[in-house]
Amino acid sequence: MKNEIITITSKYQDDRHRLMDILIDIHDLYGYVSEADIELLSERLGMSEVEINETITFYHFFSRTPRGQFNIFLNNSITACMRGHDLVKKALEEACGTTFGSVSQDGMFGLYSTSCIGMNDQGPSAIINDKVFTNLTTYRVMKLVADLKSGKSPDEAIYESTGDGNNSDPYVRAMVFNNIRKRMVILDKDHIKFEVVRSLLKGHSPEEIIDIVENSNLRGRGGAGFPTGLKWHFGRRVESEHRVIICNADEGEPGTFKDRVLLTEFPDLVFEGMVIAAYATGADIGLVYLRYEYRYLYKFLNHILDKMRKEGLLGKNIAGIKEFNFDIRIQLGAGAYVCGEESALIESLEGKRGEPRDKPPFPVEKGYLNYPTIVNNVETLATTVRIVKNGADWFKGFGTKDSLGTKLLSVSGDCKFPGIYEVEWGTSIREVIEMSGADDVQAVQVGGPSGVMISVKDIDDLGTTELMKWYKPSGMMVAQKTFDRKLSYSDLPTGGSIMIFNNKRDLLKEVVMNFMDFFIEESCGSCSTCRNLPFIMKQKLQKILDGHGVRKDIDDLLSWGKIIKISRCGLGQTSANPIVSSILNFRYLYEQHVKAMADFDNVFDLEKSVEAANSFVGRKANFHHA
Amino acid sequence: MNTTIKFKIDGREIIAEKGQTIVEAAKANGVYIPTLCNFEGLPPKGCCRMCTIRISNRYMTSCTTPVAEGMEVESDIPEITDFRKGIVELLFVSGNHFCPACEKSGNCELQALAYRFKMMVPRFPFLFPQKGIDATNPKIIKEQNRCILCKRCIKGIKDDEGRSYFAYKNRGNKLEVVLDEKMGKEITDALARKAMDNCPVGSIIYKELGYYQPIGKRKYDKKPIGSEIEI
Repeated sequence: MKNEIITITSKYQDDRHRLMDILIDIHDLYGYVSEADIELLSERLGMSEVEINETITFYHFFSRTPRGQFNIFLNNSITACMRGHDLVKKALEEACGTTFGSVSQDGMFGLYSTSCIGMNDQGPSAIINDKVFTNLTTYRVMKLVADLKSGKSPDEAIYESTGDGNNSDPYVRAMVFNNIRKRMVILDKDHIKFEVVRSLLKGHSPEEIIDIVENSNLRGRGGAGFPTGLKWHFGRRVESEHRVIICNADEGEPGTFKDRVLLTEFPDLVFEGMVIAAYATGADIGLVYLRYEYRYLYKFLNHILDKMRKEGLLGKNIAGIKEFNFDIRIQLGAGAYVCGEESALIESLEGKRGEPRDKPPFPVEKGYLNYPTIVNNVETLATTVRIVKNGADWFKGFGTKDSLGTKLLSVSGDCKFPGIYEVEWGTSIREVIEMSGADDVQAVQVGGPSGVMISVKDIDDLGTTELMKWYKPSGMMVAQKTFDRKLSYSDLPTGGSIMIFNNKRDLLKEVVMNFMDFFIEESCGSCSTCRNLPFIMKQKLQKILDGHGVRKDIDDLLSWGKIIKISRCGLGQTSANPIVSSILNFRYLYEQHVKAMADFDNVFDLEKSVEAANSFVGRKANFHHA
Repeated sequence: MNTTIKFKIDGREIIAEKGQTIVEAAKANGVYIPTLCNFEGLPPKGCCRMCTIRISNRYMTSCTTPVAEGMEVESDIPEITDFRKGIVELLFVSGNHFCPACEKSGNCELQALAYRFKMMVPRFPFLFPQKGIDATNPKIIKEQNRCILCKRCIKGIKDDEGRSYFAYKNRGNKLEVVLDEKMGKEITDALARKAMDNCPVGSIIYKELGYYQPIGKRKYDKKPIGSEIEI
């Protein structure tokens, strides 16, 4: 055992910055990290044991206790819940003979819940020993568990049906479907691979490339919308021995899965974007931070990188350009939504818990190992290839004045055709609804849980205009009357997550509660605000849903939601949005639950409170009161 | 080279050195900005959000933000005071803080801030979380009920090779600060005492030393926290 750990740490030169890789390798061997392993790691890496434990206990896919031979991570995002998650969960518990959060007695199965795994268009899905199983039903669960019990590996269990396109590639072999519904320029199948790097870069200076991207007004596609050209410009400006390009493939916002599809069908485009960015900024280190949930793509992506190296598209003097040296390494995450935040991602890359950094300094000044670092989203990088090839003016032919180009939307929820839609900016919500074949729509969540719910219900009358300025959205929940609003940076900005809810859904009980659970689970816990408030606010919402709410509770939630705005990162700042925005725009839903709009909760229902006890003893309590 | 910077906090002119943080500059100019996780001599990490200020409508933490020429900082305004009080209340309800029975009472920064912000009953419901006490170390008691997860011990108590005696464990509202069992056994008296002094609350207690300073003669017994800074 000792030798194996030493082999692993030696593979990474006993470098504490590679702790994530070391821990992943240890999990591959033993499934968890034991006390003895930590002791040895502490010696080898020159860290205290609690420091190593700090990283392990932060990530969802790491464990300090033995896990099962098969570990089933069932996704609990809202759209999975709408498509039978609870039944699947129950079926899994029965078939595996254990409850969620534990390992079966024979050590065969470990059952765990997990936040969105980027399969919202084919949920409920689960990850079993790094393999993804989609469209789960109770029947499929029984069959699957029986297969595993009979000695089949998850790999073998999958082989009966792999997905379309590269999902059936020998390096992938996943049961995942791309569901590409609409292609425009980014998803154009007829492109020539690596054309830009091979033939176009030579003719342009790095500054010229940055100019093209700046002129195109391309904005970051991850959701925040920072101008990409400007970021490259800043990154280039700082004097440094090394510069770093990071591709953020930690697609964690519930409801988005477009990066997964890009990495499956257009990995060359993403990597080419990285090479272009490296050329433009003078970077020599390239890193892809791939979320653990997409580990099934790891071999495939590395295979592409190997091919690129062989073809001189990575390494030294790339594409014959003298002293243009750049290479890419893929770093796996280990399950933490907050690592999608660029500075948390960098912390994680350095082997630490994914806690966002204070800014300034920004990553473009001091990022990975203190080198100037440019973090770009998968889709952003793919888009830059198209821009450099066709020019900024061509790009400006798509979209609206303030939002140029096209955007990949990940559409899921109550619609006939969930999947990926490439649309021009300026597309209205109504058009998206029609494209996806949804009807009887109650609300559309644009931009994931960190978005804001918006309806037109008398916003001004409720005196909430003042409050609205607090909630600068990264996305919104749109109600019927405003379906003509357009996807754009000035109206409805989005990273591409579109979730549709029909009129049968209970927005508070199902949707808002699910989103709050997500934020409670995924907070890094560093800020006093985001660590505590989502939990406290969810309890209050539960109180209202239980029928004990009073008018003041609604106002309390609004005013408490303000405090959370002083958290450090975007995740923290938006973690009360599901509640606050739904009050602002669906207040009537809350008022339905607040009994007769009472000012205080004066009813203690004695009979109701002893109901459980009554049924247990099989008789009715005899109350001697009026 | 001129390294002096002028800026304003709540309209009052502040003269600062380039490279200082807002908290440092404020302190040097007799302006108190309440802090909890910040500790002189340690790199700042905006964990508690207590020192939040507003600069051109953006919230920043003044312990991590460097001063800049001409910046206009809003600090002592009702909105931000309410946020700060809210944080104190959050820390009270998310732990189990029973001041009368705490060795640190009177020397506790959280308690002192609660007095300063005139906290009566927290606006949030008490959570009464189940937390433990680790008294296995020969010198230190780690009282998790009182820990506010400020990171001061994590950043400040290290051995000669830079390894931390304390670290976080878990995440979100399950976050804890734990003491390294092995290194903890070897901790020197001086470092153990330093750990206690580093702790803003009564979560790190040096064994057998809890009440060495009598109640009534403690740091915040006579004057509120911050009054040593304010002019």
